[in-house]
Amino acid sequence: MFGRLTLEALPFYSPIAIAGAVVTFSGFAMVVLLVSWKRQWRYLWFEWLTSVDHKRIGVMYIVLALVMLVRGVIEAVMMRAQQAMALNSEGYLPPEHFEQLFSTHGTIMIFFVAMPFLTGLINVIVPQQLGARDVAFPFMNSVSFWLTAAGAALVAISLVIGRFSTAGWTGYPPYSGIGYSPGVGVDYWIWALLISGVGSTLTGINFIVTTLKCRAPGMSLMKMPMFVWTSFCTSILMAFSFPALTVVAIMLGLDRTLGMHFFTNDMGGNMMNFANLIWIWGHPEVYILVLPAFGVYSEVTAVFSKKRLFGYRSLVYATAAIALLSFTVWLHHFFTMGSSPNVNAVFGIATMIIAVPTGVKIFDWLFTMVRGRITFHPSLLFTIGFILTFVIGGITGVLMAIPPVDYLVHNTTFLVAHFHNMIIPGALFGYFAGVQYWFPKVFGFKLNDFWGKLVFFFWFVGFYLAFMPLYAVGLLGMPRRLVSYTNPDWQPFLITAFCGAGFILAGLCSLFMQFYVSYRDRENNRDLTGDPWDGRTLEWATSSPPAPYNFARIPAVTDVDAFWVMKQNSDLNSEPKPGHYESIVMPKNTGAGVIIGAFSFVLGFAAIWYIWWLAAVATLGAIAMLIIRSCNDHSEDVISSAVVFKTEHDRWLLAQTKGQPACDGKRL
Amino acid sequence: MNANANQALLTEHQTESLSNKAFGFWLYLMTDALIFALLFATYVTMFRSTASGPEPSELFDLKHVFLETVCLLLSSITFGFAYLGALGKHRWQSVNWLLVTLILGVTFVYLEVVEFIGLIENGAGPQASGYLSAFFTLVATHGIHVSVGMLGIIIMMFQILNKGLTPSVNSRLFRLGLFWHFLDIVWIGIFSIVYLPVFI
Repeated sequence: MFGRLTLEALPFYSPIAIAGAVVTFSGFAMVVLLVSWKRQWRYLWFEWLTSVDHKRIGVMYIVLALVMLVRGVIEAVMMRAQQAMALNSEGYLPPEHFEQLFSTHGTIMIFFVAMPFLTGLINVIVPQQLGARDVAFPFMNSVSFWLTAAGAALVAISLVIGRFSTAGWTGYPPYSGIGYSPGVGVDYWIWALLISGVGSTLTGINFIVTTLKCRAPGMSLMKMPMFVWTSFCTSILMAFSFPALTVVAIMLGLDRTLGMHFFTNDMGGNMMNFANLIWIWGHPEVYILVLPAFGVYSEVTAVFSKKRLFGYRSLVYATAAIALLSFTVWLHHFFTMGSSPNVNAVFGIATMIIAVPTGVKIFDWLFTMVRGRITFHPSLLFTIGFILTFVIGGITGVLMAIPPVDYLVHNTTFLVAHFHNMIIPGALFGYFAGVQYWFPKVFGFKLNDFWGKLVFFFWFVGFYLAFMPLYAVGLLGMPRRLVSYTNPDWQPFLITAFCGAGFILAGLCSLFMQFYVSYRDRENNRDLTGDPWDGRTLEWATSSPPAPYNFARIPAVTDVDAFWVMKQNSDLNSEPKPGHYESIVMPKNTGAGVIIGAFSFVLGFAAIWYIWWLAAVATLGAIAMLIIRSCNDHSEDVISSAVVFKTEHDRWLLAQTKGQPACDGKRL
Repeated sequence: MNANANQALLTEHQTESLSNKAFGFWLYLMTDALIFALLFATYVTMFRSTASGPEPSELFDLKHVFLETVCLLLSSITFGFAYLGALGKHRWQSVNWLLVTLILGVTFVYLEVVEFIGLIENGAGPQASGYLSAFFTLVATHGIHVSVGMLGIIIMMFQILNKGLTPSVNSRLFRLGLFWHFLDIVWIGIFSIVYLPVFI
C-alpha cells in the first residue's frame, strides 16, 4: 500500500535534520496560515496560481528561486562551518548529513535557484522587449512553471520524508546505483530533475517560438535587444540540451528500479556513458545559466552609461558562438577519466576557444561604459563586480582547460572555487542586477538604493572571502567534499571561507531587507512614468506594472534602442483618446497547469517510494487533464477597446496629477 | 454588444496561433528526435556489452520484424488518407481512415509486446545485460510513443465527430500526423540499426 514508505522515513538520524524538517514544515504551515488569516486564497488562486500572464508566471518563478536560494545559502554556510571546525575532529555534522548537504546544495542551486530565476526574468521581460502581448504558448508556460515547482517541492519534501541523495549534484554511478545507494535519496534527485527538466524543455520551445514569431513590426533579428538575443540562445540551449538530462535520468532510474544495466559495474554496464550523457546536457547548462545574465549586463551598462551598447553586432555573434561552442566541450568535465591524449587535446582547445567570444563581450561592456555618463545604480555595481570577478574565473577556467593542469587540480577545492567563480558573478550577479533593474517595471515602485548597494557589497566581498581561499587550499591539495581533515595548513583558509559564507548570508538578508524597506516606503518610490531609468528598450514603454496586455497599441520598431529613438522623435505624453484603441484578445486563466503540476509531484513522490498504484493514478490524472485541456477551443477572451481606453486614460490622469508625466509608448 | 466583431477577432487570433503551434510542434519533434538520437547512441555503444548473455544474432525473428514494419509503414499511408479526407471536408472518410490507422497501430504494438514477452521468457529480458537494457529502452520508448499517438488518434476521432473539421481540429490532426510520420522515421532507424545488422 505505501511501498517502502514507513515511519523510518522521518528524519530522526540527526538533530540537524530534524531541525531542517521542522523549519521546512513550519515555513509551509506559516504560509498556509498567513494566506488563510488574510483571506487571500481566492485572490492567490484566481490572480496568481492559475494565471497564464507571462509577467505573473515570471514573478512566481523568481519567488520560487528566492525561497530555494535561502535554503541553498544556509546549506553553504553549514558546510563551510563544518569544514572550518573539522580539523582532527568530526565537526558538528554526521558524514551522511554532510553528503546530503553538498548534494542538495548543488542540485538546488542549479535546478531550483538559477533555472527558475533566469526563466522568471526571461518570462517577465522578453515579451515586453519584443513588443508582444504574450508568449507564444501561454498555457504551456503555466505548465512549465508548475512542473518546475513540482520538482522543487520534491526536493523540499525530501527534508521531511526520507533523505536526499548523497551522490553529489551530478549523481555519478556506480555510486548512485542501487547497490551503493539503496535508499530513496537518488530517486528524489532523479525525479526532481526529470519533472523540472521537462518544464525547462517546454520553456525553451516556448521562447524560441515567441522570439521568432511574436516580434513587433519592424523588429528584425538584428534589432532585437541584447537580453532578447541572449534569452533566445538560452532557449535554444534549453530545448536541445535538456533531452539529454531526461534520457540520462530515465536510464539511471531504470537501473535502480527495474534492475537494468546501463551504468552498473557488472553485466555490461558502462558508467562512462553516464558521464558523457550528463555533460552533454551539463555543459550547455552552464551557458544556459550565464547567457541571460550577460543579457542583463548588456541592458544595464547601456542604460546607466547613457550610451548605445558598444559593438551590438559583435555581442550578438559572440552570444551565438558561445551557444554553439557550448555543445563541443563536454568532455573537459572528465579529462582525468582515461580518454586518450588526442581526445583531451581536442576538447581542451575547444574549451579555450570559448574564452574568445566571452572576451569580446567583456570588452564590449567596458567600451560601452567608456566616456559614458555613468550612474552607479546597484544593478551597474553588480555588472562592474561581475566584470572584475568573472575575468579571474575565466583565467582559472582556461588554466584547467589544459589537461595536464587539470590532472593536478582535479577534484580539489580549486575546481569548486572555479565554478563558483563562474556561476556566482556570471549568473547570480546578473539575476540580482536584473531584479534591481526591472523591479519597478514589475511592481510600480523602485527598490531602495542604499540597501541595494549593501546587497552588492556583501555579496561581492563575501564572494572573494569565500572562494579565493578555496583556490589556494585547492592548490595545497585539499580534495573537495571533505567532511573532516588532518592537515592544519588548510584550516586558516577554511575559516576565512566560512567568514565569506557569513558575508554572503548577510548579503541575502540585505536583499530581503531591501524588499521590505522598499515595500514599506513604496508610496514615496512610486514610478508612474513606466520609465524610471530613461530606458532604451521597449519594456520601458509599457506602464509599471504593465497592463495584462502589455501594449495597448503594438509599437513599430526602427532601431535596436527602439524606445530611445521614439522618445527622441516625438512627444509620447499626449492624452489617450477613445477610438485610438482596438479590442485585444488575451488567454483566459486556467487551473489546468497547477493540476498537471500537482499530479506530476504525486507521480514523482509515488515513484520514489514505490507506491505504484498511486503513480498510476497520478499519471492517468495528468493525462486526463491534458486531454480535457486539449479539447478546449475557448481558451481566449476579448478585452474590449473601451476597457483598454479606460485603463490607459486612468493611468495617464494619475500620472498627470502626481506630476510624473507618463512617457509612454502605448500611444505611439 | 458586438459579439460578432469579437468572434471575428478571436478567430483571427486563433488562425495566427495555429501557425505558431505548428512551428512549436516541429521544435518539440526535434527535442524528441534528440532523445531517440541519444538512445540510439547508447544502443550502438552497448552493442557488444552482452555480458556473456544472449547475443543480438540469437534474438530476433526477421519475419516478425518485417510484419511490424509493414504495419507501421502502412499506417503512415492510411494516416495520410485520413488527413486528405479532412482537407476535403469528408468527415467520415477521415474518421474511417483514422480507424484503420489505429488498427494498424494496435497490431504493431501487439506484435512488439509479443516479441518482448518472448525475449523475456527466453531469459533475454532487459535485466540480462547492458546490451538488452539498451535494446529494450530504445524499442520500448518508440512503442510508448506509438501508444501515445494511438491515444491521440482516438481523441481526434471523437473531436472530428463532435466538433466537425474546424480549423483547430484540422490543425491538431496535422500535428498528430507529423508525430505519426516522425515515429515511422524513427522506426526506420530502429529497423536499420537494431534489426538489419543482425540479419546481414
